[in-house]
Amino acid sequence: MTGPGASTPGLNRIDLAGLDTGPAQTWGSVRLVPLVREEPIAGLRLREQLYDEDVTVVGLNDGTSYVSYVPHAFVATWTDDGTPAAAYGTQLRHKESENAPRRMQVQYRRRMARRVDKNRLRFLPLHLALEGYLALHFGGPEIAWAEWSQRALRSGLSPRAEEAYTGADVRDLDDALRIFEIHPRQCGVLVYVADALAGAFVVPHPADYRALHATLVRDLYGELVYQYGLMTLPARDFTARVDDTTVRSLADLRAAAERQAAEWARFHDTVMAGTLLGGDSYAFDPVYRLGRYTLWRFLPSFSLHNDSHIGEAISDDRGRIAYLKSYRLSQGQTRRGYLLTRLAAHDWNLEATAAGLGTDTGGLALRLERAGFGHLLREDVLDHYRAEARGRRSRAGDPGRMP
Amino acid sequence: MDTYADTYADLIAAEDVLLFVNAAITSTGQSEFRSDADRQRMSLDFLHDYMLGNYRELYAATLALGVNHHNAALIIRRLLETAADAMPEQRRAEGRLIARRLAKLPPQRVYALFRRLREARVNNRRTRAIMRDWLAARRDLAFDSVKYRDAVKTVARHAHLPLGGELGSFLFAPHDRTVFTTPILESWRRAHYDRSALYELPYTVAEGFAAKHGVDRKAFLEGIAPRLTRLERLRLQTSAAERQAGGVAADLSVMPLTRLASYVLSLPLADRVRRRDELTAALRAAATRAAGLEAGRWGRVTAVLDDSFSATGSRQKRKRPLAVALACHFLLDALAGEYTPLWTSRRDDALLVFPYGPTPLGARVLDALDHRPDRLVIVSDGWDNAPPGLAAEVLRIWRARLDPHRRISIVHLNPVYDADDFDVRRLAPTVPTAGIRSAEDLPALVELAQFAEGRTGLEELRGHLAAQCARFLEEEP
Repeated sequence: MTGPGASTPGLNRIDLAGLDTGPAQTWGSVRLVPLVREEPIAGLRLREQLYDEDVTVVGLNDGTSYVSYVPHAFVATWTDDGTPAAAYGTQLRHKESENAPRRMQVQYRRRMARRVDKNRLRFLPLHLALEGYLALHFGGPEIAWAEWSQRALRSGLSPRAEEAYTGADVRDLDDALRIFEIHPRQCGVLVYVADALAGAFVVPHPADYRALHATLVRDLYGELVYQYGLMTLPARDFTARVDDTTVRSLADLRAAAERQAAEWARFHDTVMAGTLLGGDSYAFDPVYRLGRYTLWRFLPSFSLHNDSHIGEAISDDRGRIAYLKSYRLSQGQTRRGYLLTRLAAHDWNLEATAAGLGTDTGGLALRLERAGFGHLLREDVLDHYRAEARGRRSRAGDPGRMP
Repeated sequence: MDTYADTYADLIAAEDVLLFVNAAITSTGQSEFRSDADRQRMSLDFLHDYMLGNYRELYAATLALGVNHHNAALIIRRLLETAADAMPEQRRAEGRLIARRLAKLPPQRVYALFRRLREARVNNRRTRAIMRDWLAARRDLAFDSVKYRDAVKTVARHAHLPLGGELGSFLFAPHDRTVFTTPILESWRRAHYDRSALYELPYTVAEGFAAKHGVDRKAFLEGIAPRLTRLERLRLQTSAAERQAGGVAADLSVMPLTRLASYVLSLPLADRVRRRDELTAALRAAATRAAGLEAGRWGRVTAVLDDSFSATGSRQKRKRPLAVALACHFLLDALAGEYTPLWTSRRDDALLVFPYGPTPLGARVLDALDHRPDRLVIVSDGWDNAPPGLAAEVLRIWRARLDPHRRISIVHLNPVYDADDFDVRRLAPTVPTAGIRSAEDLPALVELAQFAEGRTGLEELRGHLAAQCARFLEEEP
């Protein structure tokens, strides 16, 4: 394993140079903006065994050696024992490498397993993917993620999440994906729901995109898409408008049309995707380097006033983004992320973090529990703080929870 | 003031009729790329009810236009269900139109329609008379009784038809007789125990007997080949070729153009390359036949043909929009003196098209106008998305600024009914749009489309419809 060396060009903002913004396609409240590469990035491809048997035209066997990648939360059968597992964190591999990626076992209950097509390319539901992400980014509770995941899978996701997962209540999204007309050299997409940027997805090669198109939105944006999809207002097309007073010939008309396309791209990149592409508030952390490629994780500032995106990117030696996957955090997730940044900043020390947040240890522990991180603390420790809090309330004459 | 109101109402009526005709030409109540079957049916039902309620005469007159079989059956059913609401002279006119249209419908459609009438408990004297006349005009009722046994039985019962002799006992008590003198009835009786008799029956009936006797599929196909109808033969091409049943091989050059285009698109690309000469020749022959006397008379024609991903159609209408575009391509080639095809994907080998990529209709229309043709024909589902709305802008400015005298005639043909808009999707208000189901209707549709252009009044449209009706009623069935 090679750590990121000094020669790695730094990544300090998400710059989609080399990717052209195409005209958006809308359906209901979903807007999909294609990203088109003039030249695919050679030498980095989706790991071969991830391709469906159906996807035959992939052009992988050109004899050259390449680096392969496995997207985070991607579910596949990695080992010979036939059990499905989800990739844990996006990973880079040599083409020849036989090792299965770092992964989490996924034990679908029978009810769920039947629902998922056997050989469909798929990701874990958003829920689990995000929890894993938060964990990964902070290096801390990896084991907790496994535990949490198992528990969630054992007892089932909450009903709402399951609905979102099947796409039953977000018909617009299913249809938007199905009828989306993929551009010939398309390597990525930005997904907007009710005109809020839900996420970005970029791959190095058009064939990879075609293979992943169907699964990525359905499986990875479930919850947010569900919530925003409830807004039934359809997204409006940004239709072309040409000023006809200046047009004297067909050539003028053509030039005006081209100006239109450029204007749309500029508007989109600066305004619509501004929170992700324009912001300098992301912290990039190089994770792994292989050949010409570097894998980065990035974190937002966890400010509650802005949209927060979290994600992973692979850049090549010229600093171009070859792979990008970002999720938009919900408000709750932003809060949890904020707690985790504080904890990580203080080396997971409760007292120091509590002091930093202007509260006491007990208050922080209960706040962690409320945020859904109760399992990070030992049960007896938590009980102690709970009792303490009860005692304080009763001393203050709060009759609320007393027997 | 009154005249103003009248004109306005007329305009709306003319628009409504055109909208309905477009819907009735394109929609079959099956799912499309962007809407499912339920939505299509609901939208279509609404239009039928609306037309029947507001413009009964015009509604009936559309039977004379190229509305598809599905809608023709729906119109006839509604007219018969509400016969009591019509004036006597209306009824007479309707009766003639219905009889003529029924004569042109495929028999299975008519039998299905009669069954629906029975389900709806429509059994007025007029309906019974129509059923009786239609059955009386059938060339071989014994053949129908074998092929559509259950349907004929239902109709006979519903219309109180006295079916005497062998036919009566064949339908209602087939086991009472030990022998039939009508050959096809006798074959049917023998086919129950004698497998050689089944080859004298229609394909659909014989297939059941073949399964019962466990006849090998290849032998069955070879034996039944002479009995296949033209379309059955076309449908069986691939499965017959897999089993090397040579007798089934079709003479493609006699197939109708759009069906043939659908068949070509169903073949894998490698097959299309291998059989390029044969397929091209067949498509050309069909196109020349469809063009008829107009062949070569259309001057310089440029076509913008949509082969974007949405031309996939749906599970029920596989690649139908693309098949229509491909058929139009060959038909326009036959009609034009000089012809330039422009596919939206920028590919130029028509035989190898498949649905692919977005729909940059605006850019392609610009390219087409660059050629300065006499006619520009656009065949597309109207979802212009790269960028959205550019085609509309280009056409608007072209008409308003660059070609106000309409030197180039532009028409948009749309094979897809948009259930939400109750019409086919239009590109621009200044460019007429007409629905299209089979490329063979293209010349007639271009004529009809002129009514959608500008503001043609109801009187002209009534005139056109009356002329069409007269022509329709005089034609040989």
